Amino acid sequence: MVGFLETVILKSVKERGGPVFRLNSVGELEKLRAEISEKRDTGKPCITTCLGTGCHAYASYDVYDALAEEIDARGLKEKIELRGTGCHGFCEQGPIVVIFPSEICYCRVQPEDAADILAALMEDKVVDRLLYEDPVSGQKYEREDEIPFYKNQNRLILGQNRLIDPQNIEDYFAQGGYKALAKALTDMTPEDVLAEVKKANLRGRGGGGFPAGVKWETTRQAPEKEKYVVVNADEGDPGAYMDRSLLEGNPHLVLEGLILGAYAIGAAEGFVYVRQEYPLAVDNLSRAVEQAQGYGLLGDNILGSGFNFRVRIKRGAGAFVSGESSALVSAIEGQVGEPRPKHINTAISGLWGKPTNLNNVETWANVPFIIERGADWFNGIGNEGNKGTKIFSLVGKVNNTGLVEVPMGIPLRKIIEDIGGGIPQGKKFKAVQTGGPSGGCIPEQHLDTPVDFDRLQELGSMMGSGGMIVMDENNCMVDVAKYFMNFLKDESCGKCTSCREGTKRMYEILEAITKGEGRAGDIELLEELAWVTEKTSLCALGQTAANPVLSTLRYFREEYEAHINEKRCPAKVCKALIRYTIDPEKCDGCGRCQRNCPEEAISGELKSPLVIDTDRCSRCGICLEVCRRDAVVVE
Amino acid sequence: MVNITIDGQQFQAAEGQNVLQAALDNGIEIPHLCYHENLSSYGGCRLCLVEITRGQRTTLTTSCTYPCLEGIVVRTDTPEVLKARRLVMELLLPLAPEAPQIQALAREMGISEQRFTEEEADNCIRCGLCTRACTEMVGAQAITFSGRGYRRAVESPFGEEAVDCIGCGTCVYICPTGCIEMLDRGTQRTLPKWKRTLELKKCTKCGWPYIPFAQIEFARQRGQEPPAADWFDLCPNCR
Amino acid sequence: MEVKEIDQVMEKYGSDPADILGILMDIQEKERYLPRETLDYLSKKLDLPMTKLYRMATFYEALSLKPLGRHQIHVCMGTACHVRGAARILDKLESQLSIKAGEVTPDLNFGLKTVNCVGACALGPVVQVDGEYHGNMSALKVERMLKKYSGSENKEAE
Repeated sequence: MVGFLETVILKSVKERGGPVFRLNSVGELEKLRAEISEKRDTGKPCITTCLGTGCHAYASYDVYDALAEEIDARGLKEKIELRGTGCHGFCEQGPIVVIFPSEICYCRVQPEDAADILAALMEDKVVDRLLYEDPVSGQKYEREDEIPFYKNQNRLILGQNRLIDPQNIEDYFAQGGYKALAKALTDMTPEDVLAEVKKANLRGRGGGGFPAGVKWETTRQAPEKEKYVVVNADEGDPGAYMDRSLLEGNPHLVLEGLILGAYAIGAAEGFVYVRQEYPLAVDNLSRAVEQAQGYGLLGDNILGSGFNFRVRIKRGAGAFVSGESSALVSAIEGQVGEPRPKHINTAISGLWGKPTNLNNVETWANVPFIIERGADWFNGIGNEGNKGTKIFSLVGKVNNTGLVEVPMGIPLRKIIEDIGGGIPQGKKFKAVQTGGPSGGCIPEQHLDTPVDFDRLQELGSMMGSGGMIVMDENNCMVDVAKYFMNFLKDESCGKCTSCREGTKRMYEILEAITKGEGRAGDIELLEELAWVTEKTSLCALGQTAANPVLSTLRYFREEYEAHINEKRCPAKVCKALIRYTIDPEKCDGCGRCQRNCPEEAISGELKSPLVIDTDRCSRCGICLEVCRRDAVVVE
Repeated sequence: MVNITIDGQQFQAAEGQNVLQAALDNGIEIPHLCYHENLSSYGGCRLCLVEITRGQRTTLTTSCTYPCLEGIVVRTDTPEVLKARRLVMELLLPLAPEAPQIQALAREMGISEQRFTEEEADNCIRCGLCTRACTEMVGAQAITFSGRGYRRAVESPFGEEAVDCIGCGTCVYICPTGCIEMLDRGTQRTLPKWKRTLELKKCTKCGWPYIPFAQIEFARQRGQEPPAADWFDLCPNCR
Repeated sequence: MEVKEIDQVMEKYGSDPADILGILMDIQEKERYLPRETLDYLSKKLDLPMTKLYRMATFYEALSLKPLGRHQIHVCMGTACHVRGAARILDKLESQLSIKAGEVTPDLNFGLKTVNCVGACALGPVVQVDGEYHGNMSALKVERMLKKYSGSENKEAE
C-alpha cells in the first residue's frame, strides 16, 4: 500500500527545495527563512492542488499532472508555480484546486479542466463552471474563504494545510515554521514553555480533554531522569480523520509541537505511533523527520541550544484498543497492544517504566501556536474552560462533508446547518453521533448546546477525537447501537470478562431486537450489562463501551420499544422488519433493478411493472438505489 | 510495611503487595479465578472486584492488580461490589457451565439461573493461568492467547502441535475449569488441547512411566541441575 | 521469501525484538501474509518464542496467516460509511465474488475484508482496493470497479 501512494506522490510531485544544511543557531534559521521569502515572489501565481487522501481518491494527482503538462505546454514554468498540498478539508468537493494569491477556489476539478484553468488564469478570469455553487441558494463563490463551509470556521490548526507542500520543509519555513521552537530555545526556559501551555489550558484533543500542561508537569517532575514523549496517531474512532489530515498535510507542525513538549518535559526521545491504515501519513512524516534531522531541528544540539531530541516512528497494525495509553505503550515496546492496569499513570511510569507523556496529533499541533503567540492569545479563543479550536470531521448525512475547525463552544446547530449546509435531499435531522464508539447520539432538542468537552459529556456523549456523524430520519438508532457494539466486540482486546463477554452479549441482544426477536425485559438487561461493562472493565474502551447503547436508550427509547413490542423499525432499516415492493404506478419496467438484484428476486416482463418476490428478497436495498423512478417502496 | 483497612479491620501489609493477597493472607476471602500467588497478576476475570478508597477517590477495581499503599481503605462486600461480581460471574458461567469450581462460585453468589448461553462452550474462561504458568513458572512458552475480543482463545501456535510443550502438566493442574486434559497411556503422555504427545521415562525401580523425556531435557538445557545425577531415574514415590 | 530478504527486513529495524511488529508488517506487505517458515526463521533469529509471534499475528487486523487475494478489497465499515449504506456495498461485493467477508476467491484474485474506518469518511461509503480509494460507492459502481481489477489481472496473466 505504501508503495502505491509513494509512487503517486513521487510521480506527481517533483523534488523541490534547496540543499539541506545544518542550522547551528536561531540566527541561521531566520537567515534561511529570509532567503526563502526573498526567493519566493508572492505576486507569482501559484496553483495548488489538494493531494490529501480525500481528493486523491477523486484522482487529484491526475489533475496535478494535467496542470503540470499544461503549464509546460504553455511555457509558463518560470511564471507559475504548481504545488501539491495537504487536505483542505472540503473533501466533499474534491479534487480542489486553489489559485494564489487570488485564492480562487475550483471544486470537483477534472484533468480536462487544466487547459481552461490556465487560460483563465492568464487572462485574469475565472472558470465559472468550476466554482463552488451553494446547493441551497444556487449562489456561486469565487474565493475559498467566502464559501459558507469555510466562512464560519476558524482554521487555526488546519489553515496551513492548503498553503504548504507537506513534503517540502521550505514551505513550512515560509509560513513561519519552527519560529515557536526558535523562540522557546532562545527566550524561554523549559519551565517557561510548560507554564505557557498550562496557562493556555490546552486540553487533550484525543478524547477525555485532560489538561495537557498538567500531564506534562507530572512527567517533568517524575523522579526518573530518562523521559519520553509520544504522539498518539492511532486515530481509530470510526468517522474521524483529522489527525490523518494533519500528519499528511502538515507533519512539521506536529513535529514542532512534539519538540517543544520534549524541551518542556525534559525528554530526549520521542515516538510517533501511527495507524498502518495511514500510509501517506507515515510517508510524509518520515520525510519530515529526515528533513528536520538534516537541518538540525532534531538530533543533538538543536539550533545550537544544547538540547538533544530524537524521534522514531512506529506503525500500528490495526487494533483500535492500541490507542489506549497503556496499550500504546505496550505496542511501542514490542508487546501485543493490550491495556495493562495503571494505578501509576503512564505520565510517571510508561515506556520501559519511564515517565512518558502521550498526547494526540491535534494536541501537539496546538503547541507551536501557543508558544509563538502566547497563552493569552490562545485563551481569547473558545469558551470558559475550553480554550482554542477543535477540528471535527463532519460526515454522514450532511451536505458539506469534510474537516471543520471551529472555536470550542459554538453550538452544534451552527456546525451542522451553517457549515455543513444541513441534511441532503430535504430529509429530517435525527441525531449527531460524537465521540466515536465511546460517545453517544445527540438528538435535535440539544442542537443548541455549545460544543465543548464538558457539555457533550453532560449529554451522555463525549468529544472523543472529534468525529461528528450526522444521521437523518432514515437511520435506525437501534441499528446504530448495534453497529457500535459490533465494532466494540471486535475491537475489545478480550482480556476483561466484562468487556469481552459484555459487548458480545449486548450485541446479541441488539441483534435479536433488530431481527424482531426482542423480548420484554431486553432493555433492562441491556442496562444491566451496560452497567457492569462500564463499572468493571480495565480500560477506557470497556468503561465507555456501553455509551452507544445508553445514549440511544436515553433519547430514542421509543425506537427500541417499537422494535420489541410492535416488531417495527420506524426508520425502515432493520431488514427483518421491512419489506420491499414495487409501485406498479411508477414502475416502467426498465429492468435496472432486475439486472442488479443479487438474489434474482425481481421478476416480470420488461416494459411492464416488475414484482419483488419477498421470500427471495434479502432486503439489500440495491433496487431502491438503482431505480430512477422512485418506484421501489419500503414498508 | 503499610497500614491498610479491609472491611473495617486494620492490617499491616508489605507495600506494593497486591490487595487480594493481603486479604487472603489475613483470612478475608475474595472470589478470584485468574489469580495465583506464584504468578504475575493479570486482572482478567474481574471477579476479585473490591471498592478501594485512596485519599478522596473511591473506585471499583480488581484487588489482584491494586498495590497495598499506605492508608487505603478496602471494602469487599458493598452492595455494588457484590452486584458487579455477580454479573461478572453470570457472564463467565456460560463459558464453563459444567465446571465444578465455576458452579460452586456461582451458587455462592446466589446465581440460580443461567441467563446467557453459549452454543459452543469449550469450558475455557480465558483466565490465562495456563499461559502465564507455562511462561513464568515453567519457562516453556508453549501456549498463548490468540485472537482478540470474543474470539480470544488459548492455543498452541497455529492450533497445531505445541512443539515447545514439555508435557509437565502445570497447565492442567492450574486450570480452574479442568478444560485441559492430560492422558497417560503406557509410556505416552498426550495433551489433546495442545495436540502434543510425548514419550515418558520409566522409574527404574517401580517401572512407572512418570516423566516426559522432554521435561528432563528442558531442565538440563536450562541448567536446572537435579539434586543428584540419577534423580530422574526414580519416580517421586521411589526417591 | 528468501532468507536474505528477511535478513534485510530485520536489519532495517536493527534486529531489535521491540520492533517485531514493524518487521511482521513489512513481511506482510511483501508476501501478502506471514508464511509459517518465515515466522520460524524470525523466531530463531530474534530469539522470540513462536507463541509471541502467533499471538501478534492473530491480534492485529493487518496481519494474516493465510495468503490474501492478489487484489485485496477492504470495505470500510466506519460510522460515516455505515450510515450511508456500507452494508449494501458489502452485500453486493459478496454476491458478485461469491465469497463472504474475510475470504479469498478460489483463484486467489480477490480477497474481501471489512475494515473499521479507513479515515476517508467524507467519501463514504468507501471501498479500498490495493490501497486505492473508491469513494461514494454504489451497487452499480461495484461491478465497474471489479471489472477494472479483473481486467488488469487478465492482462498480467497473458
